[in-house]
Amino acid sequence: MSNINSKIPEGPLAQKWTYYKEHQKIVAPANKRKLDIIVVGTGLAGASAAASLGQMGFNVKSFCIQDSPRRAHSIAAQGGINAAKNYQNDGDSVYRLFIDTIKGGDYRSREANVYRLAEVSNNIIDQCVAQGVPFAREYGGVLANRSFGGVQVSRTFYARGQTGQQLLLGAYQAMMRQVHEGTVTLHTRSEIVDIVIIDGKARGVITRNIVTGKLERHFAHAVVLATGGYGNTFFLSTNAMGSNGSAIIRAYQKGAYFANPCFIQIHPTCIPVHGDFQSKLTLMSESLRNDGRIWVPKKKEDAEAIRAGKLKPTEIAEEDRDYYLERRYPAFGNLVPRDVASRAGKERCDAGYGVNTTGRAVFLDFKEAIERLGKKTITERYGNLFQMYQKIENDNPYETPMMIYPAIHYVMGGLWVDYELQTNIPGLYCCGEANFSDHGANRLGASALMQGLADGYFVLPYTIQNYLAGEIRTDRMSTDLPEFEEAEKNSQLRFEKLKNINGKRSVDSIHKELGNIMWEHVGMGRTKKGLEEGIKMIVALKKEFWSNVRIPGDMEGMNVELDKASRLADFLEMGELIARDALSRNESCGGHFREESQTADGEALRDDKNFAYVSCWKYQGENADPELNKEELNYENVKMVQRNYK
Amino acid sequence: MESFLNLTIKVWHQKGPTEKGRFESYKVEHISTDSSFLEMMDILNEKLIKENKEPIAFDHDCREGICGMCSLYINGRPHGPDDDITTCQLYMRKFKDGETITVEPWRAAAFPVIKDLIVDRTAFDKIIAAGGYISVGTGGVPDGNNIAIPKDIAEQAMDSAACIGCGACVAACKNSSAMLFVSAKVSQLALLPQGKAESKRRAKNMVKKMEELGFGGCTNTRACEVECPKNISVSNIARLNREFLKSEFSE
Amino acid sequence: MSNFLSVSIGRKFLMSITGIFMMLFICVHLTLNLFLVFDDSGNLFNVGANFMSTNPLIKIMEPILALGFIIHIIWAFIIYYQNYKTRPIGYAVTDRSYSSNWNARNMLVIGALVLTFLVIHLINFYYVIKFDSAAMGQVTIDGTQMHNTYALVAGLFKGSVIYGILYMTAGILLGFHLSHGFWSAFHTIGFNNENWIPRLIVVSKIFAVIVATGFSIIPLYFMIKF
Repeated sequence: MSNINSKIPEGPLAQKWTYYKEHQKIVAPANKRKLDIIVVGTGLAGASAAASLGQMGFNVKSFCIQDSPRRAHSIAAQGGINAAKNYQNDGDSVYRLFIDTIKGGDYRSREANVYRLAEVSNNIIDQCVAQGVPFAREYGGVLANRSFGGVQVSRTFYARGQTGQQLLLGAYQAMMRQVHEGTVTLHTRSEIVDIVIIDGKARGVITRNIVTGKLERHFAHAVVLATGGYGNTFFLSTNAMGSNGSAIIRAYQKGAYFANPCFIQIHPTCIPVHGDFQSKLTLMSESLRNDGRIWVPKKKEDAEAIRAGKLKPTEIAEEDRDYYLERRYPAFGNLVPRDVASRAGKERCDAGYGVNTTGRAVFLDFKEAIERLGKKTITERYGNLFQMYQKIENDNPYETPMMIYPAIHYVMGGLWVDYELQTNIPGLYCCGEANFSDHGANRLGASALMQGLADGYFVLPYTIQNYLAGEIRTDRMSTDLPEFEEAEKNSQLRFEKLKNINGKRSVDSIHKELGNIMWEHVGMGRTKKGLEEGIKMIVALKKEFWSNVRIPGDMEGMNVELDKASRLADFLEMGELIARDALSRNESCGGHFREESQTADGEALRDDKNFAYVSCWKYQGENADPELNKEELNYENVKMVQRNYK
Repeated sequence: MESFLNLTIKVWHQKGPTEKGRFESYKVEHISTDSSFLEMMDILNEKLIKENKEPIAFDHDCREGICGMCSLYINGRPHGPDDDITTCQLYMRKFKDGETITVEPWRAAAFPVIKDLIVDRTAFDKIIAAGGYISVGTGGVPDGNNIAIPKDIAEQAMDSAACIGCGACVAACKNSSAMLFVSAKVSQLALLPQGKAESKRRAKNMVKKMEELGFGGCTNTRACEVECPKNISVSNIARLNREFLKSEFSE
Repeated sequence: MSNFLSVSIGRKFLMSITGIFMMLFICVHLTLNLFLVFDDSGNLFNVGANFMSTNPLIKIMEPILALGFIIHIIWAFIIYYQNYKTRPIGYAVTDRSYSSNWNARNMLVIGALVLTFLVIHLINFYYVIKFDSAAMGQVTIDGTQMHNTYALVAGLFKGSVIYGILYMTAGILLGFHLSHGFWSAFHTIGFNNENWIPRLIVVSKIFAVIVATGFSIIPLYFMIKF
């Protein structure tokens, strides 16, 4: 059906990665020094890749938009990281982690990639412990675990509610060690504005120095994009304000396939939206669902009274509470996967049982857990999250239940990559959230950290050598080559064009409007009609943006609005692509819910016959519709079944 | 309950690293007490853009208190008038109607201003590069459970590791000292068995780098610990002193 | 060890060691001084003073103590200057009192005030005892002839309310200096942890109160009684 080659190695599933590693080409130490690699982004994937590649002896150039690599948004991951260690003796194994991930992803991911992920998961834990990541321990001194959504074993390693922070700092420190050794050069406050392709291969990038406003050219034998997800297309999300999809959009516009853009995870436990001034949404870790129970009032009049402020949640009797997840999914209860929990919450709110003044929230209650375990244990487990909640909501979650609502959190979609994490542009690699590879249509909790570090520490440093082994005779190229010159000129023109629009509207006001369109038309419940309308609105908004945005300040020096405008221009492209993909995928799977495709009791209904593929979008130019290519998903080891968490 | 505030924001303006800065005052109206401080700044910037003025530049990213990017000195305190928070977690309910709020950048020779309220904190990265790690490469490491680490040691290490590198300690310190930042990393790694091997070398290299970069010394005023959004204790500084002196006296 | 003093922790170590050393001296000094109020005949104090001026160990310690003082004082100014340079542009608005105590922030100022007093103190007593002992009368206690130091001290306080107030103020200032200096010295040499910080601070405060009251009570005693 397609010419897309995912380069899955030969052999039985469990031997593929070993086979690959044994047969791939590698680069001799003396040659490594002569090879330059650009790594864009310093999150878990980027920092760990830069650290590992630097340590191997490659000459690495690392870029990030923040003032320090340690700010990358991986730092905000709270709950934990999965690994198939089976330290708890509860029957866990690499195979079980693999199956859980495939099933959690609603059978839309590649078997071989996922198996490899499960396989290297154990190495990650060992690596991080050796780096000094202070994982939680038991009294006996061994590593502690907690449970997470969508699985029935306890395999999540954690460092309080700050696992992402600790893992990122581990990777960051490993990278800074290489900076000290001189193998990694750091470029902070630098944003990628174009990717330079010479003779069909990725050979460098054009960056914009955020402090000086100057464009710079950088050559490398290979370019790795680890720039995270594009969730901020929705304006309000749990992503950091600076998180953007510009680098991967640029790669897409240069010919790289964009895979499964509509697979976006909506996280069920976020602090609800307040007002128009809101700039971002704060996540409350999924780990809270270990001990917290989700409910709404059973009676509509109670919900109404709570919304009006006449009734407190603590005044509602036990029998008048609807623990709807426990009711609908007795086997998994509050620990169903995120997509399921989010939809169930939305369903209750749509039906009129929502709380908060807006009616767009449900309760997450710790009363029973506090009675069972004591306040001290709960504080130990979730203290920082409770404090965070209290600061925002001005309400004490130890006494009254938290209010939560789903929010955009993570994107499973991203640049298409093969088994080697290489895009269809030779020499251009993509790892972490920025690629599409391992999570299918829905990511399980604590798997993002696993994937980011697996890619960066243990996958990419091997697979990239298979390509670089063929580049040892390519000398460093001059950045005066016409390809660099042209790329820089185009970027310059693009920024000038943005700056010269001189319209009336601020970047944020247009971004908010895009966010509203996305949430309403391309959000949790998608329909053909809604998506078609959404696309029209995005196209119109794009026009509005390019004719009416206002960017004060100068081209020279720091100009925050110009940076934001450039990113928003790309989010507008992204929004349209998400909607197109969602429209073309007329089935429900994982985070993608088409209302036309559901079971009688409102669960997502897959259509494996027609949609068991990865949609790979190919850019066709500014005014043409992108072309849809399909990578068929062949399940040789797992039988595709309807997910069942009941 | 939500109410609304009219405020005067007195904010530091500086066009570039070498330019001279000055304070400028702006009025903002009808700010919800439920909005965050940075959302109030967004509203102010939106207003400035409407007036075709350049908005105020300030660092921020995650807006949930963990990335350490936000860095404002508000009404005389780093991260403003609330405890255990970063600027992005400061809510307008902490202010009174009619108040004048003074917003300044971190002030320290080691943190030069880039623009308006944005300062350059790469000095912190340089300190980490000088030794803030365990020298272990990717791969070839023992099983995670190979070394038993007592729960209380792991917890203590985590307390120290919670540092977000925002620089509030430097901003709060009368000597612009980065001792709390340095000591938190040194402590985390010195507490853990994995990090003990090079703990002396680490302490020495990091402290020397800190001073080379223009941070001051510690005079134990403990302002850093009070203003630290993550409650990093000055007991880390005592441990750093210990590690450093051990290193010096063993030579 | 080569560049020990080029690093702030090294410099501070020296401050702490000299500080701890001087605190020991203060304990001895205070004990001796309190003899003034326990025996109005002055014999007890004179015996003590005589012991101090004749004991060989004390004689050896004297120059070391002086050196300690000098290092502590000079070092304080050097450290202050180095720290001062770290903030070329100050804050327009600060609320420092929220996060730290004024005495901790102003150790140099308090120390300098104590130093000013120290100079007067040395002129008042030390100079007379050391270099102008002829000015003092003699007493014989238990057959030993010695200087009547008691008369010198008591005379000053009986004769001058201003000196009395000056000495009381100095005692109190020293107390403030020590209430930070005591625990801080231990902290700097690394003798501290999460559990010991509050304990040391309590000890610090108690020590400061004892020193401040101890030294202030003496001029007060003479002012009230005589």
